[in-house]
Amino acid sequence: MSMAAATPRYGHRDYSMLGQEAQDAVTAGLRSAEWYHTEVARKDLKELMKRSDGPAIRDTIIWLGLMVVFAGLAIWLWPSWWAALPLAAYGVLYGSATDSRWHECSHGTAFKTPWMNDVVYHIACFMIMRNPTRWRWSHTRHHTDTLIVGLDPEIAVMRPPVLFKVILAFFGILDVWHAMKNMVMNTFGVISAEEKSFIPDMEWPKVILAARVWFVIYAATIATAFFFNSWLPIVLVGLPRIYGAWHHVLTGLMQHGGLADNVLDHRMNSRTVHINPVSRFIYWNMNYHVEHHMFPMVPYHALPKLHAMIGHDLPVAMPSMWACYREMIPAWARQFRGEDYFLVRDLPPTARPYRPDLHGQATSPAAAAAE
Amino acid sequence: MTNWVEACSTGDIDAEDVIRFDHGGKTYAVYRSPDDKYYATDGLCTHEKIHLADGLVMDDIIECPKHNGRFNYTNGEAMGAPVCVNLKTYPVRVDGGKVLINIG
Ligand code: FES
Repeated sequence: MSMAAATPRYGHRDYSMLGQEAQDAVTAGLRSAEWYHTEVARKDLKELMKRSDGPAIRDTIIWLGLMVVFAGLAIWLWPSWWAALPLAAYGVLYGSATDSRWHECSHGTAFKTPWMNDVVYHIACFMIMRNPTRWRWSHTRHHTDTLIVGLDPEIAVMRPPVLFKVILAFFGILDVWHAMKNMVMNTFGVISAEEKSFIPDMEWPKVILAARVWFVIYAATIATAFFFNSWLPIVLVGLPRIYGAWHHVLTGLMQHGGLADNVLDHRMNSRTVHINPVSRFIYWNMNYHVEHHMFPMVPYHALPKLHAMIGHDLPVAMPSMWACYREMIPAWARQFRGEDYFLVRDLPPTARPYRPDLHGQATSPAAAAAE
Repeated sequence: MTNWVEACSTGDIDAEDVIRFDHGGKTYAVYRSPDDKYYATDGLCTHEKIHLADGLVMDDIIECPKHNGRFNYTNGEAMGAPVCVNLKTYPVRVDGGKVLINIG
């Protein structure tokens, strides 16, 4: 169970990286601050952090193998409506499973062998339409300043939530629009002010190079579609990012949805949820999200072990996606109606208490409610 | 300039591991490689000043615990984003079971 709290401070927030909230967060000492960590013996942590190629090679063979099978079936059945069945599965593997592959490989933890991480990272980035360099830096910032308004560029649902954006996210519409817009801009050598705020200038040429490679691939896909006078090439390359996005949004929203922002403790702003094994395969165990944020060096396949080891210090994991959405939707509804409202995680008696004064922030609304 | 200081005993660090050593208001990371050689670098990551001693040693690489940035701890080389600035390294010698580093 969680309790909820009203925030006294904010009405509307400016989530841009260049706005007033960003400046306020820096002034409040929230930038690159020290975060809470559960104590884990070095020996145990080393064991958990150990890298291996085996699990990710196995999962990558299954993932790409299934994509080939479903794509083959779709091509075989096309243009019959029966092709929609394999395409539904193909779409999730293209437009959702790539979210977690992009994520885990950006940390370099999926495989032990660096080039394997890099290869899968670039494949996943292309399918999920995230420029490999831009998103490496944005995710770095997400880990430095998780859910700090104005500093974290990856806040999925803002407060108050914009309902149409949340709904459109399930179809990848806005993501694809922004990705294509950025790709074209970057292709022509333009780096936006927002991108400049978190990508060091020495990395800009890489942003531009990746955008140009993608531009050529999409141009070739469209040309192929015209040549064969068929939608099929676009249905297989690019479009799955729209019709297969729903699963990564479904799971991704649970990571931080409805929870406190501007706190320096991942137990307060992140959520661990037990989910079914198929979704865990697609999501590569990122349902253990508190654990991942506290110890980003632990590979995805070791997160269940980490969860068992530190569970005494964390809020009780949500038992299902259903339970999680039953908690998040009413919270979003209240925020949508204009209330400054969020969910505060209860810590078990075995946990060390949330102590904002020890972590650089004495004014946290979440803390005020929790104490 | 040489200024050798005792950082730890050889047995204080496991093979393929790192420990933190604070001296004179500065923090260092002292490494023992898988083939039993000792190395020392600045203790804080050049990206966001996180203690590298909490990171993971793999062969001659230290991975930072915050954003998984990697350095070659034998020569300090930053291996790629998000670490872009090399790590300062220090000469190390082992004397009578003690690990000494030259902090200059
Ligand atoms: S703080 Fe070391 S990689 Fe970011």
